[in-house]
Amino acid sequence: MELLLASAVGILTAGGIYLILRQRTFPVIIGLSLLSYAVNLFLFATGRLALNQPPILNKYAEVGYTDPLPQALVLTAIVISFGMTAVVLMMALSAYLASKDDRIDMTDSDAQGGEDA
Amino acid sequence: MSHLIILPIVLPALVGPFILMAIRFHSDLQRVFSIASVVLLNLIAVTLLTRTLDGSIEVYRLGDWPAPFGIVLVLDRLSAMMVLLTTVLALPVLLYAIGSGWDTRGRHFHALFQFQLMGILGAFLTGDAFNLFVFFEVLLIASYGLMIHGGGSVRLRAGVQYVVYNLIGSSLFLIALGTLYSVTGTLNMADLAVRVATLPAEDTSLIRVGAVLLLLVFAIKAAVLPLHFWLPASYANAPAPVAALFAIMTKVGAYAIIRMYTLVFGPDVPVAEGLAGDWLLPAALLTLAAGSIGILGTREIGRLVAFGAIASMGTLLIAIALFTPQATAAALYYTIHSTLTAALLFLVADLVMERRGGALSPRPVMPQNGLIAALFFAGAIAMAGMPPLSGFVGKLLVMDAARGDAWVWTIWAVILITSLITIMGLSRAGSLVFWKAHDRSVTPPETEEETDIGQPLTPELAPEPVPGLAFVAAFALLAGLVLLTVLAGPILKFTEATAAQLYAPADYIQSVLQRP
Repeated sequence: MELLLASAVGILTAGGIYLILRQRTFPVIIGLSLLSYAVNLFLFATGRLALNQPPILNKYAEVGYTDPLPQALVLTAIVISFGMTAVVLMMALSAYLASKDDRIDMTDSDAQGGEDA
Repeated sequence: MSHLIILPIVLPALVGPFILMAIRFHSDLQRVFSIASVVLLNLIAVTLLTRTLDGSIEVYRLGDWPAPFGIVLVLDRLSAMMVLLTTVLALPVLLYAIGSGWDTRGRHFHALFQFQLMGILGAFLTGDAFNLFVFFEVLLIASYGLMIHGGGSVRLRAGVQYVVYNLIGSSLFLIALGTLYSVTGTLNMADLAVRVATLPAEDTSLIRVGAVLLLLVFAIKAAVLPLHFWLPASYANAPAPVAALFAIMTKVGAYAIIRMYTLVFGPDVPVAEGLAGDWLLPAALLTLAAGSIGILGTREIGRLVAFGAIASMGTLLIAIALFTPQATAAALYYTIHSTLTAALLFLVADLVMERRGGALSPRPVMPQNGLIAALFFAGAIAMAGMPPLSGFVGKLLVMDAARGDAWVWTIWAVILITSLITIMGLSRAGSLVFWKAHDRSVTPPETEEETDIGQPLTPELAPEPVPGLAFVAAFALLAGLVLLTVLAGPILKFTEATAAQLYAPADYIQSVLQRP
């Protein structure tokens, strides 16, 4: 289980970073999503891996429990990354429609004309 | 427990949606409510600041949950000072946005402005590391909207870069927080401080990784050298009032560094040995050098000011990286100074760009040339750190604080040489923009014939409508700088007390963790 989770985090991060370094906005956004999945899995693991355990303390019986806080953190992180992905998609789309080009870097003509935009 | 502490977050959080939902089609009403909110925030911030003057630390427990379990807001001298600085900056920036008509060039400026304030003020007030992340996201998502306010393809593309860069930063922030949590089992800053201080010496590798990652995240926000690439393009292409407001956003990174690396990973904590200062100081020196060279090399006035902002962050981070009470006091003074200066220069740059375009090349005289030139001159003096304005006092304090350090000669050399380069860069820009215009041989560039900038060289005969409010805003910022200089004594006394409070974190920890 540990091996599976760790390699999942690792592969997602590696793929995410590779895609972020691409030149077009679409792979970059996919890369950001992959990276946020990796981060969510990683956050989930910070409470230690516990299989089939309730996230609640039980004072009537000696049963194990799993840390509920990372689950709450992951929930927050998912919501935020979802919203951010939506924002960056809209911005990338309007940038593409405005300039007919979805390169993520600024071209020389952009830098020249940057003053009066 | 007083509820005043949470008001700086709740007030803009209520006014923002109200503007968005109830009065979205009434731009006059929007302006009224936006100004009223910022004025109220100023009053609240002053009240909060006076409460911290006696050195007390107030804690607000959300939902009345005891500290390590619930989220707390903490009001100490540092957060009160940063809250007041933000609101003081917000008022002239908002007035400028209204006076220059920037707020009507796109939709939802005022709502986004309120959300931005909410995020910044929340980040300064919170005492919980994960809550700090959430407020970072609030201020970032509002800043994405503000950054592309007014549209245009170049601005949108600069905006996409800015968003992508910050999203990567947010991912790093989460990884850092996860690492800290997995080692300590808490995210409350005061509780973190307690746990980190008692960690066994053999179990520190993971927490050191977390601490360095956290420093990296804050360095991205503060635009420290290898991580500064997002700043020039973003700030130069953002609408001017937004760029002026963003002057406080790099300071959020600086604030977070000061907070985490005095409270949790303080200089006395063995775990944090050699983590922050050793890396931050060379990076800060390089930041300062790169910023001032950028000032000299740029061909566009918006980027000029953006590089000025980077250079001032360099000076600020040099003072922070020394991690002594005296240096931190100097850093806090310089924070106030550099925020107001960068904002003033961004507004001046916009006044110039609106009238003649931003290129640093001779063009015919623009309307109100003298007035704008005077503002630029004052701002340049402040940014370069020449007397009589507060930049001089600030740089003097930073250099004085560096005297006991092993790096003292490097620090002094870098600060003095970059000051000279900054002066050269700014005077080159100023004479090209304001003086060369009087050269009769200058003809208007062909591409701009359709605008009224190409009119005959007598601005008195063809005056533009005076955007009075915009000038009031710029002069208000200048007045702030003058006040900062005149009242340097009392303000320095306050920042020294703040630094003393920061380097005695026991009070903070005890106030947060005690049972109500």
